[in-house]
Amino acid sequence: MAGLLHLHSTLLPSASALRRRAGAPAPSSSRRCFRVEAKIREIFMPALSSTMTEGKIVSWTAAEGDRLSKGDPVVVVESDKADMDVETFHDGFLAAVLVPAGESAPVGSAIALLAESEEEIPAAQSKAASFSSGASSSPPAQETAAPEASAPPPPPPPPAPVAISAPAPPSPATQGGVRVVASPYAKKLAKDLGVDLFSVTGSGPGGRIVAKDVEAALAAPKKAAPVTAARPDVPLGSTVPFTTMQGAVSKNMVESLAVPTFRVGYTITTDALDQLYKKIKSKGVTMTALLAKATAMALVQHPVVNSSCRDGKSFTYSSSINIAVAVAIDGGLITPVLQDADKVDIYSLSRKWKELVDKARAKQLQPHEYNSEGRKWCFGYSVVNLKMKGTFTLSNLGMFGVDRFDAILPPGTGAIMAVGASEPTVVGTKDGRIGIKNQMQVNVTADHRVIYGADLAAFLQTLSKIIEDPKDLTF
Amino acid sequence: MPLSAPSAAATVVASGAASPRPNAIRTAAGLRFCGLRREALGLRSSPQAVAARRSVAAAATAGNGAAGSGGFDYDLLIIGAGVGGHGAALHAVEKGLKTAIIEGDVVGGTCVNRGCVPSKALLAVSGRMRELQDEHHMKSLGLQVSLPGYDRQAVADHANNLASKIRSNLTNSMKALGVDILTGIGTIVGKQKVRYGKVGFPDNEITARNIIIATGSIPFVPKGIEIDGKTVFTSDHALKLESVPDWIAIVGSGYIGLEFSDVYTALGSEVTFVEALDQLMPGFDPEIGKLAQRILINPRKIDYHTGVFASKITPAKDGKPVLIELIDAKTKEHKETLEVDAALIATGRAPFTKGLGLENINVVTQRGFVPVDDRMQVMDADGNVVPNLYCIGDANGKLMLAHAASAQGISVVEQISGRDNILNHLSIPAACFTHPEISMVGLTEPQAREKADKEGFEISVVKTSFKANTKALAENEGDGLAKMIYRPDTGEILGVHILGLHAADLIHEASNAIALGTRVQDIKFAVHAHPTLSEVLDELFKAAKVKAAGVSLSVNEPVAA
Repeated sequence: MAGLLHLHSTLLPSASALRRRAGAPAPSSSRRCFRVEAKIREIFMPALSSTMTEGKIVSWTAAEGDRLSKGDPVVVVESDKADMDVETFHDGFLAAVLVPAGESAPVGSAIALLAESEEEIPAAQSKAASFSSGASSSPPAQETAAPEASAPPPPPPPPAPVAISAPAPPSPATQGGVRVVASPYAKKLAKDLGVDLFSVTGSGPGGRIVAKDVEAALAAPKKAAPVTAARPDVPLGSTVPFTTMQGAVSKNMVESLAVPTFRVGYTITTDALDQLYKKIKSKGVTMTALLAKATAMALVQHPVVNSSCRDGKSFTYSSSINIAVAVAIDGGLITPVLQDADKVDIYSLSRKWKELVDKARAKQLQPHEYNSEGRKWCFGYSVVNLKMKGTFTLSNLGMFGVDRFDAILPPGTGAIMAVGASEPTVVGTKDGRIGIKNQMQVNVTADHRVIYGADLAAFLQTLSKIIEDPKDLTF
Repeated sequence: MPLSAPSAAATVVASGAASPRPNAIRTAAGLRFCGLRREALGLRSSPQAVAARRSVAAAATAGNGAAGSGGFDYDLLIIGAGVGGHGAALHAVEKGLKTAIIEGDVVGGTCVNRGCVPSKALLAVSGRMRELQDEHHMKSLGLQVSLPGYDRQAVADHANNLASKIRSNLTNSMKALGVDILTGIGTIVGKQKVRYGKVGFPDNEITARNIIIATGSIPFVPKGIEIDGKTVFTSDHALKLESVPDWIAIVGSGYIGLEFSDVYTALGSEVTFVEALDQLMPGFDPEIGKLAQRILINPRKIDYHTGVFASKITPAKDGKPVLIELIDAKTKEHKETLEVDAALIATGRAPFTKGLGLENINVVTQRGFVPVDDRMQVMDADGNVVPNLYCIGDANGKLMLAHAASAQGISVVEQISGRDNILNHLSIPAACFTHPEISMVGLTEPQAREKADKEGFEISVVKTSFKANTKALAENEGDGLAKMIYRPDTGEILGVHILGLHAADLIHEASNAIALGTRVQDIKFAVHAHPTLSEVLDELFKAAKVKAAGVSLSVNEPVAA
């Protein structure tokens, strides 16, 4: 089960780092964003319904340069329920549209800039240029320049090809780098996934790029990244201060020492799960989603493992099962959360996961974004994440061949499960024969104030039953 | 009257929709061939009318031409046995006219053999495939479907069988009524005189008091495009579904192109549209077009180039793909070369009027179309009406739809049997059978605004969403919009546009209202069964605010859009 998760997930703690960081003072932090540039306001993707995590811009009813009064409709947004006109909360001029019609943006991310006066429009537009030079969904990059609206815009970072940073060898499809022949779906996928078609080698007729080439290109750098990306960036022999995220991780790690944790391990046979995965992989189901789903289903039966101890005096039972999955990104890690993983069907869950991963990846390309003063947490995906607190965390290092490891419990949660690689193992069967089965080891770290050894043991037993007979996962 | 046939026609009508009254449809189908006249049903097919026609028809069978024809061989001669000619012939028999019809190819014309009918068979398949493949949709209904697949040849056979079934229905219906079916190419040699026979051997000459030209159209292929019928083809070939290419370019994004994109993407192809105008689906109401793009184009494996002409298309050969040269529609500069597996040319249709002998009677075609007046009477080069000569359907180019041709033919027959009749083309509905369907009648919003500005009246627009319709939600098909453009001062309905589940079947309430002059303030009191999709229109009627004097009752209800 190498490549169990599609991302490099490492230690869990950052999960909490993230949630902590943005979780507690969300309103104040967003206010801080405003204060930074009082005269150029951001228009955010609104949450039109309680289930909406992302909105699609149907059309902009106001054009750049239009004067707007408070309450004027600016944009039509399509949510999961309906199309709605969104109004501006402030007077001003629509200075720049950051997310064009037809594209989607996560709830809470900036979709346009509103300048207070006409004179500020150019400043806002140069600011917008810096927005758009990154990935379309990326948060603003240069907060430091922002306070002075008239300050020259920082040079836009070079557009980062998502798939492969090194220039791809010339392929028939690129024809000397001038033209790309890609099928309509391949183009669509490349756009959605942020893959540069020039870096993709086509396998279709005449070297045409087809959908699976784009998917392959997206998958390829996952293996290469840790080696190629990490090494040259480290300035040997120097001391490098923590980034905001790393600082938060550090703080949380120290905090975790106050929690009395213990660990219980279990070996689970994954033959049936592997088989199921093979069968439904083509429908976009990922192993991560399967594991999250299985975990969530087991948690339904063991609510105490989904609980936490907030004050040292009581159990806090979570009302929903939200599985956080640790994902390594450049310079740290974040934990996208699969909300209501017990209720959402496996296909939707996989789609959701893919969506979150894509966004995480988009960020991975802009490490400079993480060096600034924490502003990023006001925007984009991380804001979404705040609202969806993980109640149980998964961490997986199986894709590196790690067979077992030990995770640190993110403060504020009850348990975290470390998942190792699934590997062919010689086992003795009940009838006295010797056979080979794929087995993986999981190791749960839990807060013993609320979760006891027997609780974890029972939970793990349930989980292994679900994974060993996974037919319920698909419905 | 073949009794086995109607059920086939009824199947087409009812595909996907559970008809509460299959028998009614069946009866209508038997006589009027709903399969091809589906859209025209609203025009004239009340059970009474059908029954009346049946009895007249029975009488006429015994004596088509019993009335004598005053020295002419026939009272009415129709050149072309497509849907227009067929509709005219049946109505002529009902009116007691001795009628003959000349067909050079196969009865049924484009619609039945190479158009609406076989394409509906393919679309019926694609609709189901699309639904079965949409796991999210299935899941939300609680259904589990393992990987759906299809057998291309069987799908193609379904389309072909349907066409031959409808064709034989059509032939039999005319035979049963005593219409003389003459085989060959008809040429007008003089006033009220036609020669016909095999190409080059027009051996037979007949006379008729009145002549209707109904020769229809053929796919229009722009210059520079080489058709090989395998990798570069028109709808004629595409309907045979001899292959399902991985990547097909569709040149033209009108009805034909759009319907084929629905078929091909459901069967697994990826599609690239090439459209000369600046936007896709240029014929639709802009709002409907925009939504159609969001529902029918963007989420599918389709991309597009707009504002470009395909100046040169070369079929695939020697292992090379189909090459499409795109030039800018305005500057004519070369923009791009596409390499695809196949190209479907859906750039519209050209009238098929060559060899009609129009020069013998001083008629000059305009871009191939036969010039006609409001009554479908043919005009000669001097702008005068040619007596006793009419032209209906695609050949006159007024409204290139099968049911429009039939309606025009019926209007002509009314006139020659002594009742003046002018067809209101604004009451003719049109439909595009994508999933979901698009339908419309009357003016688009910009057209209505232009007319309102010119004539000095106000217009209002009401809209409702399929998301607000119970039946649509039960089907999990909440995508869609219906809008009505009307005059708030008089309550006149100017146009209705629908995009949504079974839109093509829903439009007739509106088209009938326009045809009969029913006003919004009256029709809003008509009752719609609940829960049905027809309530979408009910919502529109009820949401409309009419200031017309004399309307005392107000039943305006809020629209949950």
